[in-house]
Amino acid sequence: MQTAKQKNSSLDRVLIQIFLIGNAIIMLYPILMMALSGFKTNAEIFTRPFGMPSSFNLDNFKVIWTQTDVPRYLINSAIVTGFSVLFLLVMGTMAAYALSRYRWRGSIMVSLFFLSGLMLPLRLAIIPLFIQLKAMGLTDNPLGLIAIYTAMSLPATVFILTGFLRSLPAELEDSARIDGASELRIMVQIMTPLISPALVIAGIYNAVPIWNDFFFPLIFIQSPEWKTLAQGLTQFFGEYSINYGVLYAGLTLAALPIVVIFIAQSRRFIAGMTAGAIK
Amino acid sequence: MAHIVMRDVQKRFGNVEVIPGASLEIKDNEFVVFVGPSGCGKSTLLRLLAGLEDLTAGAIEIDGERVDHLSPSRRGLAMVFQSYALYPHMTVRENMSYALRVARTPKAEVEAKVREAAEILQLTEYLDRKPKALSGGQRQRVAIGRAIVRDPKVFLFDEPLSNLDAKLRVQMRIEITKLHRRLKATMIYVTHDQIEAMTMADKIVVLNEGRIEQMGAPLDLYNDPDNKFVAGFIGSPAMNFFDGTVTARDDAALTVELSDKTKVVYPCANPGQAGVGDAVTLGVRPENFHFDGGDEPAIKGEVYAVERLGGETYLYLQSTAGHETVVHAVGDHEVAVGDQVAVNFNPARNHLFDPQGRTIR
Repeated sequence: MQTAKQKNSSLDRVLIQIFLIGNAIIMLYPILMMALSGFKTNAEIFTRPFGMPSSFNLDNFKVIWTQTDVPRYLINSAIVTGFSVLFLLVMGTMAAYALSRYRWRGSIMVSLFFLSGLMLPLRLAIIPLFIQLKAMGLTDNPLGLIAIYTAMSLPATVFILTGFLRSLPAELEDSARIDGASELRIMVQIMTPLISPALVIAGIYNAVPIWNDFFFPLIFIQSPEWKTLAQGLTQFFGEYSINYGVLYAGLTLAALPIVVIFIAQSRRFIAGMTAGAIK
Repeated sequence: MAHIVMRDVQKRFGNVEVIPGASLEIKDNEFVVFVGPSGCGKSTLLRLLAGLEDLTAGAIEIDGERVDHLSPSRRGLAMVFQSYALYPHMTVRENMSYALRVARTPKAEVEAKVREAAEILQLTEYLDRKPKALSGGQRQRVAIGRAIVRDPKVFLFDEPLSNLDAKLRVQMRIEITKLHRRLKATMIYVTHDQIEAMTMADKIVVLNEGRIEQMGAPLDLYNDPDNKFVAGFIGSPAMNFFDGTVTARDDAALTVELSDKTKVVYPCANPGQAGVGDAVTLGVRPENFHFDGGDEPAIKGEVYAVERLGGETYLYLQSTAGHETVVHAVGDHEVAVGDQVAVNFNPARNHLFDPQGRTIR
């Protein structure tokens, strides 16, 4: 009986492993193809689309780096994504802290207000948004993008962080109050470090769509010097309409920063995803 | 130096009255234990004193100065919590020095105070560890160390030992008592464990439903409880209670008949507190029973459980007076389950409670 059960569970484990490996291949294959195609010439891409490149020379990347505006776009995207994530984490933490740790009149209304933000697609409001930003002088300005992204991502951030902050014991706060810490200090020095996995989750969860966003820069940014990566890469369809090698190299460069950040923070990300599961 | 006065302190959460009004005085250097069943308001009373809850009415003074409007950190007290409430992301050193760093104490002084406290509590080798790398007892000591470094006038303990295992609890009980003698500070300690209360306190405050039932030295409460609640709460195993009726009264005694017709003559100074025919309750401590026979009244019953511990024996009787009765006897007694026994008691050493539960003295 026992051994039958054990056999069963090891068979389960093998099946799960096969499923996960298959899943990983499906997820990684396109990314691998993209990266490999970045090393191919145009001719190679069309003759052997699924083969290995004949050599790993960096010609395509050199073209990207020296003959296009991609480095500038990369910097623009980094600025926009970096500040958006910074602002939304700071504001999101403060809002979530107020909603989760204090009881006050209207707190339910405010949390419902944030929740309603989860349900409204911001893209539907693009015309009033454009008029509003134009009136504020924030069109064709990375600040406008940062403002939109911060506002757009706040509901989900507040939602994620509130859950984590609620789970922290009240005695920690009491203890810090007796130790003489102000409310701000308790939030910054005691409580926020304890939800760092949640901050990583909220950060990555929001950074990826902001980094990849094509829609808002397309509408709000006209000057070439403020274009972001996703938007900037479209120029290859015009100028290098046939040069897929360079396009793939550009895409690889575009994906790289997020991949690196994710790998560097994956441990915390997973810790946050599973937090509370084993308590 | 800390002399604490609480004057008619009241606390209400919405419509729920948690503390209807409590007044008490705690002398400098005293070790006071708040004890009572869960939900009796003992932790709330401590939190009111700490400033973690606002008073609904009343006043709290420390050394003659009103403190109930001050923030917790300005009342000159430190608190040790049941869950320790150590900051998980800080090392032991950072945990212990946090309050001093918040107060911008010079670095050298912080270091010296942390070292001194760590030495008192034998934590020196753990200073660079995080709380999760410590055992329960060590965490508890860090929590105490965090209180010591602040050099407070008053230490507050909120059930600090309830998360420890039995052996460690006994050990920490002794350590805290030693610490009290060494630091000569006022300590207020909340527990639901009456053994902790009896062994540690200079003064016990027994609370029930937010009211102070009685306060006094541990043995005064044990020997001379004001009412049935205190009598039943202090002492382990708890006092046995037998329902009875007053059948006669003279100048110095009341005669009480228990439900099995056993007559007990209870000597007292104020027999007038009860009248003939009143329903009263007789209280007999398990350790006041004996097997010597004689003329003293006896409780008869069938043994349904025996605990023979070698040095002492506990008998559990289903008595003919209709109550489950616990008997504590010194030494080993060869009694078996199912035996019929009679245990005698000296009426003068017992307690009688009037219909309102007040002690008849």
